[in-house]
Amino acid sequence: MAFSLTEYAKGNVLAVQEYSLLSWHAFANLFSQPRYIGDIVQQMDVIGVGSLPIVVLTGFFTGAVLALQTANSLARFGALSFTGQLVSISMVRELGPVLTSLMVAGRNASGMASELGSMQVTEQIDAMRALGTDPTRKLVTPRLTATMFMLFFLTILSDLVGLCGGSAIALLLLRLDLHEYWTSAWQTLRYPDVFMGLIKPVIFGFIIATVGCYYGMTAKGGTQGVGRATTQAVVAASVLILAVDLFITRLLMVVLGPF
Amino acid sequence: MSETSHNGTKAVVFEDVSLRYDEHVVLDGLSFELESGATKVLLGVAGSGKTTILKLTLGLTRPDSGRIFVQGQELTAMREKELIPLRGHLGMVFQESALFDSLTVQDNVAFRLHEEKVPEEEIERRVLEALRFVELEHTLELFPAELSGGMRRRVAIARAMISNPEVLLYDSPTAGLDPVTSTTIVELLVKQRDVYKSSALLVTHRLQDAFTMATHYFNPQQNKMAPVPHGWNWDSKTTFLVLKDGKKLFEGDANEIANSNDEYIREYLTL
Repeated sequence: MAFSLTEYAKGNVLAVQEYSLLSWHAFANLFSQPRYIGDIVQQMDVIGVGSLPIVVLTGFFTGAVLALQTANSLARFGALSFTGQLVSISMVRELGPVLTSLMVAGRNASGMASELGSMQVTEQIDAMRALGTDPTRKLVTPRLTATMFMLFFLTILSDLVGLCGGSAIALLLLRLDLHEYWTSAWQTLRYPDVFMGLIKPVIFGFIIATVGCYYGMTAKGGTQGVGRATTQAVVAASVLILAVDLFITRLLMVVLGPF
Repeated sequence: MSETSHNGTKAVVFEDVSLRYDEHVVLDGLSFELESGATKVLLGVAGSGKTTILKLTLGLTRPDSGRIFVQGQELTAMREKELIPLRGHLGMVFQESALFDSLTVQDNVAFRLHEEKVPEEEIERRVLEALRFVELEHTLELFPAELSGGMRRRVAIARAMISNPEVLLYDSPTAGLDPVTSTTIVELLVKQRDVYKSSALLVTHRLQDAFTMATHYFNPQQNKMAPVPHGWNWDSKTTFLVLKDGKKLFEGDANEIANSNDEYIREYLTL
C-alpha cells in the first residue's frame, strides 16, 4: 500500500512537472522565432469563429434566466428596477467569463486533446520532431495564443448577448421599461468590474489550451487512450477553471479594492 | 554528404547504451558502429529494442547511460534545441508511416522544406523529384487516408529523403504489406543506398528483405534492382545485428549470419 501510494504521488508530481514545463515552453515560444502565424490564424478560426454559436446561445439563455431569477427575488423587496444592474454585474464579472470558458473547454480542450492525442499515438508528433520541428512551437503555442485571444472577445460577446437575453425577459415577462433596463445595466458597471471580467477569460484561455494540449501530447494506448485523454482534458480544464476563478476573484477583490 | 562522412567518421556509434522503462530492460550495454554508406539490419523478436535504437539515434528518446554519436557529434550531450539541426542529417520512415493526416501528400513531403523556408519553386521541384523517386508523382493532391498502405510507406520514404539525409532510419518499412509491395519498398531502399550512398539502419521482421538488401544492387540502366552476379567484387556494405534481451547477440554479414551455429539465431532464421 505504502509503495503504491508513493508511486501514485510520484506520478502526480511528475504530471504536474510535465504540465508546467509544457505550459512554460508554449508561452516562452511566443517571444522567439519561428512563429507559426498561419497556424495561429487557423486555430483562431477553429476556436473563435467555431465557438460562436454555442457562446451566443449560452450567453443569451444565461442572461435570460438570470433576469428571471433575480426579478423574482427583487420583486419581494419591490426593487424590480434593479434587474438590469444585477444581470449586468453578474454577467460581466462572473457568468460571462466562466460559462463561456466552460463551453469553450468542452468544445476545444476536448478537440485539442483528441487531435494531438491521435497524432501522438500514430507517431505523428515523433515524426514532426524527426523532421526537425518542435511540436510545442508548431502545435501548442498557436492553440494557446488563439484560445487566449479569442476567449477574450467571445466573453465580450457573451456578456452583450446575456444582457440582451435579460432585456428580452425584462420586456416580455416583467414588462419593464427597456430604456431603464439598459441604462441601469450600463451605469452600474465600473472599470474594476470590466477589468475583472476581461482578465478572467485570458487566464481561462491559458488553462483550456495548456490542459487540452497536455493531455493530447501525453496520450498513450491507441484509440482508447485518445478517448481517455479527451475526457480527462475536459474534466481537468473545467474543474481548474472553476477553482482558479475563486482565487482570481478573491485576489482581484483585494488588489482592486472593495467594489 | 557532410565533411565528416567524407573523413570516414562513423555515421552512427552506440557506446554501452542502456535504457529501461520502469522494471523492463530495453537495452543493456549495447555498442555498435554504422560506417558511412553502410546499411545495418537490426533483427530481433518484438520488444527487443529495435525501434528504440532508431528513436535513440534521432534523440527522440534519451538513454539512461552510455553515449550515442551521429555524424561525429555526441547526441547524448546535446539539449533538445541543439538536436534540431542534427536531425537535418537524418531521415526516418516510421512503422505506420506517421504521415500528417491533415496535410496532402505534397505538403507531407514538403514539410521539412517549408520549415527550412526553402523558396516555393524549389520546394515544388524537389517534392516532384522525391515523389518521382518513389513513383508516386500522381498523388500530389491526395490525403494520406486516400492512399494504400504501401503507397503511404512510399510517401514516408519520399518525406524522409527530401533533404538528402546522410543517415536513413527505416522502422519495419515492409511490415503488414503484401510480398509484391514489400519488394517494391526494398527496391527503393536498395536504390536509395546505391544511388545516394546514404547510410541506413533498417529494422525488419522479414528476413528475406534483409537478405535481398545484402545480395542485390540497383541497376540504373534498367531502373530496377538486380541480384549481384557471381564473381562480382561488390560489397553491399550490409551487415546484420541480432538483439536479444537488450543485448547484442550477433553482428556480421549475410554469410556469417546464414552460417551461424548459435541456436537462437538458427531458430530465428528458420522461423
